[in-house]
Amino acid sequence: MQLIDQHTKSIMEGCKERAREAGLSFCDESLEYIVTNRDLLELSAKSMIPNLYDYWVHDVDVLREKGRYELYPSNPYETVINTRPAISYYNDNNPDWLNVMIFYHVLAHMDFFQNNMYFQHTWAYDFNGEALADKRLIARLRSTYGRWVDYVIEFARGVDNLVGYFNALYQIDQPEKPAREKMVDYYFDQFLQVEEEFTQVDYLKEIEAFNRSVREDGSETGTDTFFIRVRRKYPEFDEKYKNWSEKEKKQRKQDLMEFFMDHSDFLNRQENKWMKSVIEVVRKTSLFFQPQIRTKIMNEGWATYWNDRLFLEDDRINGHEIDFSKVNSQVAALSRIGLNPYALGLRLFQNIKGKAEAGKYSYTFEKLVDQKARRDFNKTNGDGLDFIFAVRRHLCDGLFIRRFVDQDFVDQHRLFVAGKKLNRSKRTWQYYVKSRKAEDYRKMLLENLYHPPSIRFSVDAGGVLNLIHVFEGYPLVKDFIANTMLGIEYLWGKPVTLETHQVKQLNKTDDKQEEPEVIWEKVKYTMDQRKLSMEWI
Amino acid sequence: MNSLSKKPAQKTVRWAPPASGSEIFRGIYGRSDFIHLQGASRPSGDFDVCLRSFEELLERDRQREKDGFPRKIKIGRLVRPGTKNRVTVVPTTVEEKFVHDTIAYKEDEESASGGSGEGEAGEIIDERPIDAPGAQGAGGAGEGEGGAHELESDAYEIGRILTEKFELPNLQDKGKKRSLSYYTYDLTDKHRGSGQLLDKKATLRKILETNMTLGAVPDINHIDTTRFLIAPRDKVFRILSRERDYESQALVFFVRDYSGSMWGKATEIVVAQHVLIYSWLLYQYARQVETRFILHDTEAKEVEDFYTYYSLRVAGGTKIVSAFRLINDIIEEESLYRDYNIYVFHGTDGDDWDTKGEATLPEIRKTIDYANRVGITLAASENRGISRMASYLNDSRLIEEKRAKIRLDQISKSADEQRLIEGIRRLTSEDGDER
Repeated sequence: MQLIDQHTKSIMEGCKERAREAGLSFCDESLEYIVTNRDLLELSAKSMIPNLYDYWVHDVDVLREKGRYELYPSNPYETVINTRPAISYYNDNNPDWLNVMIFYHVLAHMDFFQNNMYFQHTWAYDFNGEALADKRLIARLRSTYGRWVDYVIEFARGVDNLVGYFNALYQIDQPEKPAREKMVDYYFDQFLQVEEEFTQVDYLKEIEAFNRSVREDGSETGTDTFFIRVRRKYPEFDEKYKNWSEKEKKQRKQDLMEFFMDHSDFLNRQENKWMKSVIEVVRKTSLFFQPQIRTKIMNEGWATYWNDRLFLEDDRINGHEIDFSKVNSQVAALSRIGLNPYALGLRLFQNIKGKAEAGKYSYTFEKLVDQKARRDFNKTNGDGLDFIFAVRRHLCDGLFIRRFVDQDFVDQHRLFVAGKKLNRSKRTWQYYVKSRKAEDYRKMLLENLYHPPSIRFSVDAGGVLNLIHVFEGYPLVKDFIANTMLGIEYLWGKPVTLETHQVKQLNKTDDKQEEPEVIWEKVKYTMDQRKLSMEWI
Repeated sequence: MNSLSKKPAQKTVRWAPPASGSEIFRGIYGRSDFIHLQGASRPSGDFDVCLRSFEELLERDRQREKDGFPRKIKIGRLVRPGTKNRVTVVPTTVEEKFVHDTIAYKEDEESASGGSGEGEAGEIIDERPIDAPGAQGAGGAGEGEGGAHELESDAYEIGRILTEKFELPNLQDKGKKRSLSYYTYDLTDKHRGSGQLLDKKATLRKILETNMTLGAVPDINHIDTTRFLIAPRDKVFRILSRERDYESQALVFFVRDYSGSMWGKATEIVVAQHVLIYSWLLYQYARQVETRFILHDTEAKEVEDFYTYYSLRVAGGTKIVSAFRLINDIIEEESLYRDYNIYVFHGTDGDDWDTKGEATLPEIRKTIDYANRVGITLAASENRGISRMASYLNDSRLIEEKRAKIRLDQISKSADEQRLIEGIRRLTSEDGDER
């Protein structure tokens, strides 16, 4: 792996200037490497993060079955990674004009990583740098604990798709309040109303007293003097407040891995405490990859939109327009059958920009029902670009599709839901147009998106961990339940149960065109002493 | 400013569009910048490195069992188009997690994808034969997308691993038929300086090597041969030498039911097991194994190579008798029983139109007379009860009668690699400690 030469780097710097002028924003520094086949082999196993910790599964070809991306939510062949500085990888035989196109694509990805709110938790640090420290930590632990480190990695990775990603985002968005404010909240919301059971009149009097105090002495001193009075009246206040805030802390939403680290007796034994640092590494890595998989269509669409636009505006590539068109049409062509996130995302951004420019995201437009009136509607306000910049800042794939894939879009690009069925008599697979309704198309896209199951958990009096799979119309993959629960039992140190739904029977209708009716049943799995059992509920 | 004008000599662009066949019905996440934008191919692994790590992986797996955790490494799907003894081993594993199972419940239909272009709702826009070789390999995994970490080895190597690492039985008696070995004389050995026949290619290579060490080749792209020195020792000759040659000792018939009912998991299991059996026999007979591949639904046909055998899929009814009849015909026509130890391995789900086995049983008996061992693998669904073939085999008491010659192994469709290997043990063991 070596850095690109000065000549190519100067092309990249030229691209950066032009991209900035067009409105993209990204950090100044970036690293570009030429990779060989061998480098790529090593990198792809580690999701292109050069410093990722070593783990034997990375050396094995993982089963490429259906749902692969549910299991490994990262793309093994990404060109640019979300680090500081951003690192990107190139073939050594790319001609210059192709590099110009890829550079713009990469810069738009960097802009996306560094401005889309779903990446917020990755902004403050360099993942590759931390990964190096983690890699060393795990190597050191391995020299002491040997293969047991790999077992802990394995079991932690078994639940890493249940990581509290949205919770992590929420905590950035809603940072903890300062102590003074929290005390005010407790006093008025909890202490007076629940514990002292104040009447409404007395309660209002307290509020008035507090407001007066703040008015006279300013918010800080006023609050403090108010609480001096409170303590005089209720000497037990401080103690109660302390108890409450500790309880509150415990009730903070946690994902399974955090929960194990805080509450598993097994992990908190002196001799097992090292396991917690391994779990933390796995958890951090999973959190890092979460936004990537949830913005695939937007991210690729955004990058393709900009490489398309900036390449053709670039004065340095004169004479290579045809070469470019060839490559670009391969990348950005809507497939006859199949989903191409590059093409779909690009079309959506172009479509959104056009509609925003014409003022179509407005009530006046939405209430039009006449097709012709809708087509001819044009209240140019010229803020199309601002609009797509806002979209790239605030949305992820799910919201993007729900909001912008409409019938106009589906019609314009002649999109359809494609079905595949077996024709037994002709011995062929037939691909057919299943539906051209936007509603169905949207549903099909959403079903194709990454969506890990939602698992709630609680501990009963006997210390048994009860997991409840929130039913969303899909069962869990049955073959994976045993080993996943085995890992959870190991980390928890006590028995574990799982409540979930599975298919009891299919009621097939005579008409083969109709979906069979699925009868569900509720079951409970128990993992105790590494033995799995199942009962019907 | 035109900064691109001083670029080095233009290299040819090796960008090629990704093959479209396998792309169909790939989801949103199946594409990535490095492959699609830069036109790179997926990297492929290195044989030596992988082979070593394969042994390490198996060692790790054994250790897992001792530590009280289930094994995790599976010997992956093995396909290699064309050449005879080449198969591809992919050690695979899967990281189990709680994930949604998004199967389509509609019969004969796979889940939906997107598309664009002309066509009314309901209209069929494309059609692909299901039994086109390579259209969709029965194994599914590894193929097409493979590449990374592929371990290319010959089947012999896998056979060795199976025998040593998975403790499969060694054949007690490597055949009652005579092993013929004889000598031939052939121009195979090489000698420098003198000999019977000049090997031009090797000689040119040697001359170039010598001159490169002498510094007579300043630019490898513009070779000036007039400056070359040619030493007598650079001439490479072939000389006549004595070679030992073997007659083949074992002949294996692999027979697979590829009817409609075999669809999916059942096929996968049978094929995976047959690959392992093939590898194991190859090792047992020190590579002296001939193979014949037969597929059947209501009719049987012989196919050329393992790859076709592995990847063909059709949908039809089942007549098991057709397969055994074809085997008997082949054996008789070619008088194979005189020179070979014959093995027949048959994989099916046990569905048969011949419900009582009236036509099938006599053919099987005939095959048994010729063969050293007939091994039948029944891959059935757990909840379907006893299959037709199993029931008529039981009724006929054929298996008890001819224990030394015929074995039956019933595998559930959800069997794992361990179970498959256990199955081979049952099908091939000499003493007959079958359950």
